[in-house]
Amino acid sequence: MTHVLKKSIVSIMSENVVSKDIPAFRTRAITKVYGGHGTAKVHALDGVDLDLPEGELVVLLGPSGSGKSTLLNILGGLDHATSGQAWFRDQDLTTMTDRQLTRYRRDNVGFVFQFYNLVASLTAAENVALVTDIAPNPMPAEEALALVGLQDRQHHFPAQMSGGEQQRVAIARAIAKRPGVLLCDEPTGALDSKTGTAVLAALEDVNTQFGTTTLVITHNAGIRKMAHRVIRFQDGRVVEIEENKTRIRAHEVTW
Amino acid sequence: MRLHALDLKLLRDLWRLKAQALAIALVLACGVAIFMTGLGMVRALDATLEDYYNRQHFADVFASARRAPISLLRDVEAIDGVQSAQARVVGSVVLDLPGRAAPASGRVISLPTAGPTLNIPLLVSGRFPLESSRDEVLVTARFAEANGYHPGDRFAAIADGKRLTLTVTGTVRSPEFIYTLPPGGLMPDDAGYAIIWMPETAAAGVFDMSGAFNDLSVRLRRDANREAMIDEIDKLLEPWGGIGAHERDQQMSHAFMQAELDQLRNMSAVLPPILFGITVFLVNMVLGRIVALERSEIGLLKALGYRDSEIAIHYLMLALLIAAFGVCLGWAAGAWLSSGMSRLYAKFFDFPWLVHPHSIDVYAIAGMIGLVAAGIGALRAAWAAAVLAPAVAMSPPVPPSFRHGFLDAVSDRLHIPQTMMMVLRGLRRWPFRTAFTSLGLSLGVAILVASNFMLDSLDAVIDTAFFKSNRQHATLVLAHERPLSAVADARHLPGVLMVEPQFDLPVTMSVGPREKKLAISARPAGGDLARTLDIDEKPVALPENGVLLSAKLAQHLGVGPGDQVHVTLSGSRQGQTFLPVAAVTQQYIGIGAYMRLDTLAAQLNEEPRVTSLNLWIDTDKLPELQAALKSMPALATSVMLTDVRESFQDTISENVRINTVLFLTISALITIGVAYNGARIQLSERARELASLRILGFTRAEVSTILLGETAILALIAQPLGWLIGGWIAWAMVTGFDSDLYRIPLVLTRQNFANASLVTLAAVTAAALLVRRRLDKADLIAVLKTRE
Repeated sequence: MTHVLKKSIVSIMSENVVSKDIPAFRTRAITKVYGGHGTAKVHALDGVDLDLPEGELVVLLGPSGSGKSTLLNILGGLDHATSGQAWFRDQDLTTMTDRQLTRYRRDNVGFVFQFYNLVASLTAAENVALVTDIAPNPMPAEEALALVGLQDRQHHFPAQMSGGEQQRVAIARAIAKRPGVLLCDEPTGALDSKTGTAVLAALEDVNTQFGTTTLVITHNAGIRKMAHRVIRFQDGRVVEIEENKTRIRAHEVTW
Repeated sequence: MRLHALDLKLLRDLWRLKAQALAIALVLACGVAIFMTGLGMVRALDATLEDYYNRQHFADVFASARRAPISLLRDVEAIDGVQSAQARVVGSVVLDLPGRAAPASGRVISLPTAGPTLNIPLLVSGRFPLESSRDEVLVTARFAEANGYHPGDRFAAIADGKRLTLTVTGTVRSPEFIYTLPPGGLMPDDAGYAIIWMPETAAAGVFDMSGAFNDLSVRLRRDANREAMIDEIDKLLEPWGGIGAHERDQQMSHAFMQAELDQLRNMSAVLPPILFGITVFLVNMVLGRIVALERSEIGLLKALGYRDSEIAIHYLMLALLIAAFGVCLGWAAGAWLSSGMSRLYAKFFDFPWLVHPHSIDVYAIAGMIGLVAAGIGALRAAWAAAVLAPAVAMSPPVPPSFRHGFLDAVSDRLHIPQTMMMVLRGLRRWPFRTAFTSLGLSLGVAILVASNFMLDSLDAVIDTAFFKSNRQHATLVLAHERPLSAVADARHLPGVLMVEPQFDLPVTMSVGPREKKLAISARPAGGDLARTLDIDEKPVALPENGVLLSAKLAQHLGVGPGDQVHVTLSGSRQGQTFLPVAAVTQQYIGIGAYMRLDTLAAQLNEEPRVTSLNLWIDTDKLPELQAALKSMPALATSVMLTDVRESFQDTISENVRINTVLFLTISALITIGVAYNGARIQLSERARELASLRILGFTRAEVSTILLGETAILALIAQPLGWLIGGWIAWAMVTGFDSDLYRIPLVLTRQNFANASLVTLAAVTAAALLVRRRLDKADLIAVLKTRE
């Protein structure tokens, strides 16, 4: 496996040569308002300014409804902002059409969701192939699964795997396209501590070894110690940004 | 080559949906098969007829006269617009066939000396008779085959009292006799009715027509004004006892072929649209549910970067794969159905060949329509999948909105249980689905009502034609008009108990520009065998003055009781008069006009005459009577009405069997397709609710009641609706069948409605039980734990 990993690191790194001067994400005065037209307006995001440097692992913390997922959706090209601007590297996400956002997701973004969102009728390898079929320069599905330690489970259907394994398949699916950014919404939310740790280790590997900018939403404050940067949300605003001088490893995270 | 992951998902989804997909595919297959059979057979028949008619120079206009000089042919040919004309001698003969007790009859047609130029018989075996021969003849291949005759065999014929011994030199087919009914018959009788071609000289000798003809065929130029041509020909033949020329549409064989084509066209116009419509509905319903269920997967695919169009195509493909399977099944069923139809046609129609009904384009058109139907059905769901915003798709769906309304007020009063309220609210929540499911189920009922009514209607036709109207055992058609003394002669035949005369007078009836050529049938006052029936099918006496017209004729002429019709005599008599219409009569086979024998004789200013005799016989003495008829002079043909009725009933019951199987299958497939898919979707939507109820302590049976109650209510609503639609289709069919040849009454019985409902309710129950089994087997607790 080490051999495969090293080979992959070289090939993936060669894909991710970007200028360190431009942040991976920038947002200026981003707002997102739901409702109106008779129903009460909800300000899910209320003027968020952020600069997230390339290659960092960023943890987004905050209570439910504080705007974390909304920001992740906008940065991931799943949703439009109501006002303000957001850039991925030098691309303005807020002016993109739906078609351009699809292209952006296809080429740059890897998603990991709380409930894995695997297609039940496809095996692990086939779930990864969903991405490698359409990405411009993907790695082989088997290789992506090997990166998360699941090379032996590639022909298993989701129903035949544990939650932690399913989430690692989801991570393999996310990294198989060699994404510029990895966006994770509560990746360990549905897992126990042991399997959660294995998933965090997989994310850590991807971030440290491949330099993939990784945003992780979590309720688990323990995870924040892994991050380069921790952003705290409340009522749609950023209330605190904390940079970790020393980071702990995934297996040191307490639950 | 490796399949894309999305394609693998497609195939696995299809496999998971196999039962529902099969139910849809079978409905579609039915539509494809019937459409293919209808279109294929119509085109095959059309092509075959055109080809056959052209090769054998089938005439455009036909006319007959009593006796016209052969020199008149040149005048006919000289009419501008006539391409060619052929004069023939035709006559009726009674046949004495070795080994056959009942007298058979035949129609002799002369073969012009220079060789036939129109309606050319197509030689099947042997050779044409020698021109100079007196006893050599051609017969139809069917007659030869039915009686085991080969070239060289002989049989006896009695023509005008003269006994002839005829030698078969060859067997033929003719475009004039693709469908042949014996005189007075309702079904072809290959063994008992022969078409006989005889050299012109011999035929003229037999029927005393030297230098004359009594039958004219004309082929027109393409640009000819047909009506004007017919008037010209009528004018030329009138002095020679012409009884009016007519076009192909009144030539019996051709008219029956056209009626068959019309029926095929009707079948293709009514059934396939219903079946394709149901396919659209089922695909729409099932795919709509799948897209709702796969909401988060759609969101995921979008998050992964799949385009809206790729996702829409993914769901369209699911529908198209189901359709492709249905189309393949339909092709196979269509090929099987068409070969069955071809065999049936070969039995009733005498074609030398039948153009293959399924050219590649028939398959292509039927397949394309099937795919398009499924595609249309999938559009809404595919569109919904395409426009689903990814961020919205990833969040759980909003619970369906229910509102208080009329139902709640009613339920409070009636104390409807909560489980029933769930059923009723479910129906009201999805009104379109409720309406279309009921409509779909009702079409299953309607198809049965519309196919079964035909049997009841044909029963009514038989009852009216044979038991109320033509009650005689036999009719003897005389070769020539005879005085009334023929009645007394017939009474002396063995076994004859009662004889009533009939006199058929060829005329043209007209009212203003509307006219019809037909024969007035005159019968004695107080006759008891052949009776006329009023519109309610009660016997009505022949009027002292005036004429009775059958309803179809009265409608054609636009007259009713009290109106006058203008009557021009044709044939050997000349003159014209006005007759009052005394009443309108009911008659399903053919058209007719009826008068009292003495009234007509007085109008003609002559003694009553006879052209046919209706007999009531002692059936024990039938063999003696049949033997006597074989040598009876001046007999053109004899018709045994009991045989006619039996062969008619046999044919009907055979066709009914085929129809019953066919329509029962179609109806069951529709009903199961709609009911099963409907119940499966309810099961999928209600799975969590039902699981919750089980945890609250409801039994399996109670939970099933909620699930299947909705299906039961929809099936019940569908019954009266199905009766109504079925009745309407039956009415449309009755209207479509309405022609001069025959009509059928609209007979809708309670039995028919009850049968249709029983069959469809049984099919609904079967579908419901399949779904209930699934519900019983499902681990409802596990359902609760899964996220939708």
